[in-house]
Amino acid sequence: MANPTITVGNGNATEVIQTSGDKANANVTPRRHLLDLDDLSTKEITDLLDSAAGMLEITNRDVRKTPALRGKTIITMFFENSTRTRVSFEQAGKILGADVINVTASASSVSKGESLLNTVKTLQAMQIDALVVRHPHSGAPYFISNHTDASVVNAGDGTHAHPTQSLLDLFTVRTHVGDIAGKKIAIVGDVLYSRVARSDILAFQKMGAEVTVSCPNTLLPDEWQLGTTLDASTGFGGLKLARNVDDAVEGADVVMALRIQQERQDAGHLPSLREYSDRWGINAKRMALANDGALLMHPGPMNEGVEISSDVAHGAQSVVEEQVRNGVAVRMAVLYTLCAPGKSSRLSGGDEA
Amino acid sequence: MLLAARKLAITGGRVIDPAQGIDRVADVLISDGEIESVTENSSGSAPAGYEQIDASGKIVSPGFVDLHTHLRDPGQEWKETIVTGTRAAAHGGFTTVCAMPNTDPVQDSAAVVTDVMRRAALAGTIRVLPIGAISVGQHGKQLAPMGELADAGVIGFSDDGHPVADPNLMRQALAYSVELGLPIINHAEDKKIGAGGVMSAGAVATRLGLAGVPAEAETVMVVRDLQLAELTRAHLHIPHISTMGSLVALRSAKERGVDVTAEVTPHHLTLNDEWVYGLKGEVPATVGSQAYDTNTKVNPPLRSRTDVDAVIEALSEGLIDIIATDHAPHATTDKVCTYNEAAHGINVLETAFSSVFQLVDAGKISVVRLIESLTAGPAAILRRDLGSLKKGFSADVAIIDPRRKWVVNPEQFESKSVNSPLAGVEFVGRVVTTIYQGETVFDLSGGAVGVNSGAKLEAKQ
Repeated sequence: MANPTITVGNGNATEVIQTSGDKANANVTPRRHLLDLDDLSTKEITDLLDSAAGMLEITNRDVRKTPALRGKTIITMFFENSTRTRVSFEQAGKILGADVINVTASASSVSKGESLLNTVKTLQAMQIDALVVRHPHSGAPYFISNHTDASVVNAGDGTHAHPTQSLLDLFTVRTHVGDIAGKKIAIVGDVLYSRVARSDILAFQKMGAEVTVSCPNTLLPDEWQLGTTLDASTGFGGLKLARNVDDAVEGADVVMALRIQQERQDAGHLPSLREYSDRWGINAKRMALANDGALLMHPGPMNEGVEISSDVAHGAQSVVEEQVRNGVAVRMAVLYTLCAPGKSSRLSGGDEA
Repeated sequence: MLLAARKLAITGGRVIDPAQGIDRVADVLISDGEIESVTENSSGSAPAGYEQIDASGKIVSPGFVDLHTHLRDPGQEWKETIVTGTRAAAHGGFTTVCAMPNTDPVQDSAAVVTDVMRRAALAGTIRVLPIGAISVGQHGKQLAPMGELADAGVIGFSDDGHPVADPNLMRQALAYSVELGLPIINHAEDKKIGAGGVMSAGAVATRLGLAGVPAEAETVMVVRDLQLAELTRAHLHIPHISTMGSLVALRSAKERGVDVTAEVTPHHLTLNDEWVYGLKGEVPATVGSQAYDTNTKVNPPLRSRTDVDAVIEALSEGLIDIIATDHAPHATTDKVCTYNEAAHGINVLETAFSSVFQLVDAGKISVVRLIESLTAGPAAILRRDLGSLKKGFSADVAIIDPRRKWVVNPEQFESKSVNSPLAGVEFVGRVVTTIYQGETVFDLSGGAVGVNSGAKLEAKQ
């Protein structure tokens, strides 16, 4: 059973990091994977955020190294380009003392035609502790979790989920506003293709916030109707679909702009990025509709001048860089929670199907 | 052939032969590979010189006819062969299957079609009727030699899996087919609507983050094809119809007198898009690791509950003419992967009857109509002396035990492939014996029996 706390030494100072979840409760199965946030209880989420607060303190130290995950091997396996998320996980693992190996699709056997299954089995044979996966196909981390004893962390799968992004978004908002419950969150952008949108909607709703989205109707699922509120059967019950961006932003405590990609224009979802910027771009005028002191967020990378204007992106209300900083702490909390000493599924044999 | 002299009496079963309007307890007498008679009453015993199969408590049906089977042979023999595919068919009660032309090489010439027919006759357990391609290579550019294919023995034309996108080519194919008297079977899907989609659009797709194909991708092409069939006065057969919108168009066309028939698959009658969650149709509170069940990936995709209810009703009333399996075997490597990577297709032949028989238990369709849709219905589309127990017809019979319970285990399939979403599902009602040309080709109590020596030579991998 996992030790619920860990003592981390740093020079003369010794402090205790509260770890997340199951406080030595032997009846609770330790969480093995983080695939999405929908199967996390609010308590699990809160515990992870609390743990991240401790981790953030470590990241601010002069000597940022702990032995918490010494002897653990974490592989980041990215089948899609990413800078910030991959580096964030790598840094999180290294600060915790784990050995982190980065595999990218172009460098791996995947480009030689090896199947995902065989790639995973090969890594499995090397007895790794955690596999951080980004994949262009929705559900790929679920598939992988069925074929490895390692803990699987979803670092973004297709258009499905990006749970650590949502945790860092929750963490960032909580830092500024305290209790998330009852707060109004406006998410503006490519809802149809955005895994951040899906995970953030789930995450903020789970924590009691009221979430509204706004985007061109071409970037909403067909069964979602502008101007309505979704019912529970959709899995996103209570989500408001604003008729226009001003309706969404008005009175919001948090405004989140999502990245819009050129390929949406190419595929006919948009007349042009120019028109998108005009009708859905977040700028000072639109931010003025939000509550005083509303936060402006963006999961990055930003297309400044398209979905977000440069002045607000770097303005007083922007917490974009803070999101990135918090990302490391949140991922430390996640990796520690899944791979803490004594939790190795590698030793217990896991439950591979 | 020595065996052909077999005289057989199937006694005491409930004989259902919709082509003749028969539904009574009777004996079926067979000799020389042909149906001799269906008696008025059951004598309970076999006449002298006849071997007896006691079918009391069971349903005796004409052998099933499948208008839509992928045998993968030639070209993808690691997925299925004529040998394994026809054995799988026999195990499902089928005595005739129509082989789709998306083989490698494509069945777009008399040479390939003749080869398939020759090898099926040598090594197949049951009858194989080939379907020819509409276009050369199924590329949708130039008509295949449809006359040559008809002379070689094809029963219709299809570019299955590759919709004929060019409306004028479709028009010409329909017009050309009139003289040949054979149907055009067009996979109805506008590939541009919902391009890249891997399942039905809707709440499940949105929840799972999988790109969705709207039902209208099928419906708009069904509408187009119906208009072109009306223009050309050709016989259009719509394969695997699956949307409510398609049914509205189909009804309207039939009322106008368009020469159209339609089929629905067992999976579109019994499974919906919620099966993609991997919990046999249960909707989970949270997405679990069972989700993204690649064995539910099929084209057309599993549709909404509303569409499923609509196709059941349409089959029951006869708007949809028949059931066809779209048996699409795939190797494990095609399915043990991400949902996007997975091949489309479900392994159906051995589960087909049991799965649709559950609709009878649920009171959604009569057993007579169900059997009609597997026998007389497809035979009428083929315009062949099949699918009935009429005197002189080939003695093709399926014996069904309506109370037989079994749990689907794809590892036990005769098919080379195991890609069934029904693994672990318990069914009540199963084909227990299949007779082809008077010979027992499958008998559950006695295990598998292959009448053709060729079938025994090639063991299941």
